Amino acid sequence: MMQYIPYNIPFIAVALLVGIALFIIIFKRNLIKIVMGIAILEAGVNLFLVTLGYRAGGVAPIYTMTPEGAMVLPVPQALTLTSIVIGVSVIALMLTMVMHTYRHMGDIDARKSRLLKG
Amino acid sequence: MEYLTVHSPILIVAVPLLAAFVTPLISRMGNKVRDTFNVTLFGFTMFLVAILAIDIYTGGTRVYTLGAAVPELAIPENYMVPVRIMFQVDGISIFMGLTTTIVMLAALVYSLQFLKNETGQDRFYSLLMLLYVGMIGLEFTGDMFNLFVFLEILSIAGASLASYRTNLADAVEGGFKYIVISAVSALLVLFAIGILYGQYNLLSIAALANAMQFNTLDMIALAMLAIAFVMKLAGVPLHMWAPDTYAVAPAGITPMIYTSSAASMYALYRVTFTLYGGHFDTTAIGWVVIILGVLSMFIGVMMAIHQTDIKRLMAYHAISQSGYMLLGVGVGLAVLTDPVALASYGRDAMNGGIFHIINNALYKGMLFLTAEAIFFRIGTRDLNRMGGLGHNMKWTTIFFIIGALAISGIPPFNGFASKLLIYESVFRFNPLLSIIAMFVSLVTLASFTKVFYSAFTGPEMPAYKEVREVPRSMLIGMGIMAACIIFFSIFPGLVVDTIVAPATEALIDQASYINGVMGVAP
Repeated sequence: MMQYIPYNIPFIAVALLVGIALFIIIFKRNLIKIVMGIAILEAGVNLFLVTLGYRAGGVAPIYTMTPEGAMVLPVPQALTLTSIVIGVSVIALMLTMVMHTYRHMGDIDARKSRLLKG
Repeated sequence: MEYLTVHSPILIVAVPLLAAFVTPLISRMGNKVRDTFNVTLFGFTMFLVAILAIDIYTGGTRVYTLGAAVPELAIPENYMVPVRIMFQVDGISIFMGLTTTIVMLAALVYSLQFLKNETGQDRFYSLLMLLYVGMIGLEFTGDMFNLFVFLEILSIAGASLASYRTNLADAVEGGFKYIVISAVSALLVLFAIGILYGQYNLLSIAALANAMQFNTLDMIALAMLAIAFVMKLAGVPLHMWAPDTYAVAPAGITPMIYTSSAASMYALYRVTFTLYGGHFDTTAIGWVVIILGVLSMFIGVMMAIHQTDIKRLMAYHAISQSGYMLLGVGVGLAVLTDPVALASYGRDAMNGGIFHIINNALYKGMLFLTAEAIFFRIGTRDLNRMGGLGHNMKWTTIFFIIGALAISGIPPFNGFASKLLIYESVFRFNPLLSIIAMFVSLVTLASFTKVFYSAFTGPEMPAYKEVREVPRSMLIGMGIMAACIIFFSIFPGLVVDTIVAPATEALIDQASYINGVMGVAP
């Protein structure tokens, strides 16, 4: 039992990160905090993907001059890289929108920026 | 020609992608050159879609593997599973592709003169092409991870286009809501993909469907995928972003974002029918989809009645119409494992639901374009400040009447054809659902009558005496949609037989999708 615990720590972290992120996105009213929530959610998902591909004692999946033994899975790492790149662009776009909202409304509180409702 | 047919799936994605990134360079040579360039490349893309469609309707599902010696070779030698990135285009994919392409053509042509006086036009066209790439990629891909990538491409392009008019505060707000919803749903999709990959070490949809065991983790993944796609398609409990975003997006973009919701609906169907098909209790999941559909239909139309912002009103109707599609396909899903019921009404219900997707993309898209034509000329979306526009905007009025009659399901029009299919088949499944659907249709008619009276009829208002008809390219954009609506209204049987029935067949027949990649089972 005890020897499994270290391998499960990343998954516990994933659950915590995703939980915190969803809480922030749903309950916080500050637009910057919502952007931060999405960044945390993304970090949680990326951590999940990387952890999936990890093999205990594995080496990097580079085929030239590899030592003997297991390799960690390369595909989740490729997926994570793609997802990080996409995440950066999403967050950059969101921040520009927050900036424009601030220029128009003089505030980044979602409660005060309610032009659209009903 | 042979070469084009073989490589058309990738070219359909690659050519607009090239156009998207070359547009900022080309526009240095002037706006006319850029517009010609974009329209030419998009015309070429349409030609490719057409030859791919003909190929699929005559030869069946197409698998295109990137990097393979022969594109049809999905599984490399010495491997048991597909490892390469691939596109798998079957009846429903090409059906969605045709829908997207028609809407994109109208949106592109409409935007040519609509944007005349705006700044940042080259970026607008870049993003419009990217939005098209995202939608087409989402519909053609045969690989879960690319589904996520294309979903993100369409979300980023869609959100930045929705807030294109950054000089208006509400546009930025609508765009921000869209990107938050999109980012959350895309990350949920990625999480679900991670769960599936962790168990099966596979990303290809066909191979995953083949290996699916439907244990607890798969159920969690299904729930995440379903929530994510329902969020993106604006089904009722998660619809709150749609009216805001649809209302503020510039013309041409609203129909495109609406069609991208339809693409998310396709992804939902792909996941439930193909990826998980036959593993779960289809009656229960079918009822979940039906209830979602009924809620969307009813709440959407009820919220629409009291709106005074014309585009917001139409956005709520868009939510309500999505309910019809979910209802039709949900009934098909509920009876999927019962061959007798499936043959007698399930297939018709699905035909109706799927036919409604293209019909709705056309008339709803055209209504959004007419609303934006009014905004273009008088600068307000408020129905209480409109009136008598029919005197000066004759073509817009005619297009609006066609769209309004079609969306309310008045007999000669295509909306009637697909709704009739849904009413008849759903009545045999459960009469109450059919009655609700008819009631919603009546309320839709009432609501559009209100819009027609307050915007177009009445005496000429002094403030709008100088209002002229919108420029020609905008009329052509609306005309393309109107022509398709009229064609679909005259030949509904032909359309159902040629493009809708293969789409339904593709959803029902999970085995042929799997065999397209995995080879026929021994």
